Parts: sequence; C-alpha cells; structure tokens
Amino acid sequence: MTMKAVFKKTCGLTDKPTHYCPGCTHGLIHRLVGEVLEEMDILEDTIGVASVGCSVLSYEYFNCDMIQAAHGRAPAVASGVKRVLPDRFVFTYQGDGDLASIGISEVIHAAARGENITVIFVNNAIYGMTGGQMAPTTLIGQKTATTPFGRDVSIQGSPIKVCEMIATLDGAAYIERVSTHDVLHIQKAKKAIKKAFETQKKGLGFSMIEVLSTCPTNWGLDPAESLDWVKDNMVPVYPLSVYKNCEGVK
Amino acid sequence: MGKVLMKGNEVIAEAAVHAGCKYFFGYPITPQSELVAYMARRLPEVGGLFLQAESEIAAINMVYGAAGTGVRVMTSSSSPGFSLKQEGISYLVGSELPAVICNIVRGGPGLGNIQPAQSDYFQVTKGGGHGDYNIPVLAPASLQEIVELTQDAFDIADRYRTPVILMGDGMLGQMMEPVEFGERSETGTFNKEWATTGTRGDGGPKIITSLELDAESLEERNRNLQRKFAMIKENEVRYETYQIADADYILVAFGTVARITMNAINKARKNEVKVGLIRPISLWPFPEKPFIETRERVKGYISVEMSAGQMIEDVRLAVNGFAPVDFFGRTGGVVPTQEEIYDKIMSIAGGIRV
Repeated sequence: MTMKAVFKKTCGLTDKPTHYCPGCTHGLIHRLVGEVLEEMDILEDTIGVASVGCSVLSYEYFNCDMIQAAHGRAPAVASGVKRVLPDRFVFTYQGDGDLASIGISEVIHAAARGENITVIFVNNAIYGMTGGQMAPTTLIGQKTATTPFGRDVSIQGSPIKVCEMIATLDGAAYIERVSTHDVLHIQKAKKAIKKAFETQKKGLGFSMIEVLSTCPTNWGLDPAESLDWVKDNMVPVYPLSVYKNCEGVK
Repeated sequence: MGKVLMKGNEVIAEAAVHAGCKYFFGYPITPQSELVAYMARRLPEVGGLFLQAESEIAAINMVYGAAGTGVRVMTSSSSPGFSLKQEGISYLVGSELPAVICNIVRGGPGLGNIQPAQSDYFQVTKGGGHGDYNIPVLAPASLQEIVELTQDAFDIADRYRTPVILMGDGMLGQMMEPVEFGERSETGTFNKEWATTGTRGDGGPKIITSLELDAESLEERNRNLQRKFAMIKENEVRYETYQIADADYILVAFGTVARITMNAINKARKNEVKVGLIRPISLWPFPEKPFIETRERVKGYISVEMSAGQMIEDVRLAVNGFAPVDFFGRTGGVVPTQEEIYDKIMSIAGGIRV
C-alpha cells in the first residue's frame, strides 16, 4: 500500500534544525517565508540578508543565498545587493532590536529610496538574544532586564510604531502588520508575506511585513500564554492592518 | 589618451572607473566631496551605478552587499566619516569581501578641520575596527601615482578577498596635476564562485558571514586570515628610496609630505649634507626591507609626518634599535614647509654651523 504525502516541509528551508526556544515563533515565520519563496518558485533567484539577534543564524535555515549583516544594517546591505542585481529577489529578516533601534535609519532610508526589497520585521517587543532587554517596541509598563520596574514613558518614552511611520514615506509600496498568535492570523501572515514579494516582483518599491511574535523565554511565560499575550497586549498597541498598498497588488 | 589636467579626488574616481569599478556608494564630506560628485556623473556613462547613502555607515554596508555579489565596488570618505566606516570594514575583513575604501585624511580628532593631515595612520594601518586584522593601505604621493595605485588596489582586493584602503591627505585630493590613464595589461580575472547572486542551479546556497560561534572554529578562521596577511606582507610591499646609498641620515615620509621632504633633501644635499628618503607606498604592509638594509650603517632616521607621530612607531620597529629615530611633524591640518624640514635636517645632520 502506498501512502500519499499530504504535507511536507517546504524546500524553502534547509534541513538544519533551528536553535530557537520552545514557543518562539521565529521558526514558524521562517517557514512562511520559505513556503512563499517555494510557491513563487524564486528560491534560486533570491538573496536573503540575515541580521543580528536571535535570527542571526537564519542564513543557515533559508535555502537560498544568504548574507549576514551587521547589527541594524541589513536594509543597507540589501540595497547594495539589489542595486547590482535588480532582477533578483532580495529580502531582509530582522528583529525589533535590530530594525527599530540601531537600524531605524537604514530601514527608513531604504523605504524612502523605494528600494525594491522586502523586509520581514519580526516584533516581539524585547531583545531576545542578549537576554530580554527593552526594545523600542517594548510596551508601556512591560518589565524587561533594563526596565525592571516596567517601561515608564517619562523615562524611556513610548513604543515606536514602525509600520505607521514607514507608511508615510512615498517609496513604501506595501506595508502590513500581521500576527502569529493563532492559525487564522498565521494564514493571513503568509498572504501578507506573499504580497510583499509580489510587490517586489512587480518592481513597485519597498515592502515590509511586520510580524508580531513571541518570546516565552524572556517574557517569562509558557508558549500558550505567550500567544495570548500577543493577542491581548501587543495587538491593541500594534493594530493589525495594511498600512500602505500602492496600486497593483491585490 | 594624452595627459589631462585633473584634481586629485577626480583622478581617484576616474582611475577606479578604469579599473572596472562600476558601483560607488558614498556620502559627502570635505575634502573628498569631488570624488563623490565625479562618480555620480561618471558611473552612469559606463553602465554603472552611484548611490548617495544616508550615512557613512549605510554606505559601507551597501558596499558590503554589492561586494557580496562579486562586483568591483568602492566608497570614499574623510577622517570622521572613515571612523564611522570601521564597523563595516571589520565585517568586510571577517567575511573576506573585496572592496576599495578611500580615506582623504583631514585634521582631527573629533570634527577637527578640513585641512590636510596624516593623523589617520593608526586607524588605517592598525586595524581600526574590532578584531584581529590588517588591511593593505596604499598611499600615493602624486596624481599619476593615484592612477597606478587605485588600479592596484582593486587587483589586491580581488586577489586576496580583502578590503584595500587608499589613503591620501586633503592636499592630494585638492591639488591639480596632469595625469595619463594608460591601459593596463592586467586588470585580472578572479574566481568569484563565492558570490551570493542566487543559486541558479549552481549547487547549495552560498553564505557570506563573519559569524563563527565555536571558539576553536573562529580561531582556525582567524589563523587562515593571518596566513593571508602573511602572504600580503610577502607580495605587496611597495616603497621608493631617494639618495639613500651614501646617506648619513634617512628621512621617512609618505604621501604629499614625501614630496616636500624631497625638496628639503635636495637643498641639504646642495650644502653637502648627505641625507636620503625612504617613502613607504604601502603603509601596511610597512616596508621593513629598506630599513634592514640601511640601519647598521646610517647615523639615524627622521620620520616626517602630518601628525603628532604615528608612522614613527613602525619606523622604530623596522629600525629595531640599530639607530636613533627622530621626528618632525605638524598636526591639526598644518602642512610642514620645506624650510622647517630643512632646518630639522640641519639641526640633526648638519653638524656644527658657524
């Protein structure tokens, strides 16, 4: 009797086991990106740019050519690649410490120039790799290693809403925020990632998908509680929406 | 093509184009801004691309990305901007990517001023960014030499998969001289199978990274880098000597300072004071040979620099205690005059004057 395969791992990812903590959604988001690259049949034409943070080793997981960038600089590195190879697909995969803090200048200017690249921005409101410090995206009142009494607006200011900010730039073609806290939202996240790469395929300009993500280890929650924390605490601050959709992407 | 009268910064740019550089990522800073502007105008003519970055940090990281695709790519800056590029330069070294970076040095520290200086000697020759590394540094003294060395810089970068620094001072960038762009026989073809251009059926994914989490593995990687540096030391030393055969004292100077020093030497020779010059052209690897060959017979060396004394440390290492090493320098953007260098020569080598 032959068995029919109803599911298999995407060839967009390598066979290397990821190093992510239990309940972290990085692996899931990797898979969504890998599936999109596979479905669009663009793996051989894609160059990914890994950032610094928990996802630094993403270059070992994506099954395409990869470059590892300095902290926050991935959009500048991606710009360099794309300007030389305009017919290839170029994406960055960055966390919120990398993109929204040290790399905010690079992502703003890449968007302003309308760089025809795709940014996958994974926001879990904390620095994971370095041990749970405050990120620009940390919620007001949220306790972290560097905000032990909770983030205080009068001291650390308010969270940066990256999608809202980038969407104001003319060069931004497709900007959407999605979440990974349940199956329905994961499916929506994949659609958004696909739209971003289609935006790039059509040469429309800068695309970015912000994906709300978890950090059970540094939040001090179990995986299920973490998903609820995203839904109950992050989504109200970071509304899920399409912030920019220039003509041509349905 | 005959001789054309050009400004130093423009010569660097045109020489890079002649070397096959089609991509330039830059940021304006005095006194190298003409280089950036020249590239903005010139590169589209050769089917290349110029992009003004939002900062020196972004520019060097664009270079990193473009270098990863295997093309010849360049950026340029001046001291404060060069400091900002050091992070990216360390990554270029760690990831073994070829690129040419030009530093037209101005007065420092801090914002300093926009006058000529050589006070970035330490930061270009001693690593500068984090980690164990050296970078080939070429220091032309004339505009014609810029033409040769810029092309050499790209060849060295590709041959050894390393960034190469072209160092001049504000004077070299701003002066005008006639130059000729000869056709080079060897621009070289280099195997760039490592480039990340998309797999396109060429086997497994290629990865460009400087990360190595395992200490033993990183040590092995660093040892390989050191082997490469040793090879560069063996093959890429460049220097010029002037009247050292019978010299009692040898002056040491690079870049435009070497030209002023040469005039001072000529004047001293007219007064029968036997002095000569060693002009390092590669600042790293530093030319030790002419020192080893002369240090047991000369009475001493004088390092002449537009700094408070930086190259003198390498001169002392090369002389290794065999002879005294003296110093004359002006700093903060002040250019030493021929007369004051002459006076320094006479105070040391001139004997008792009546």
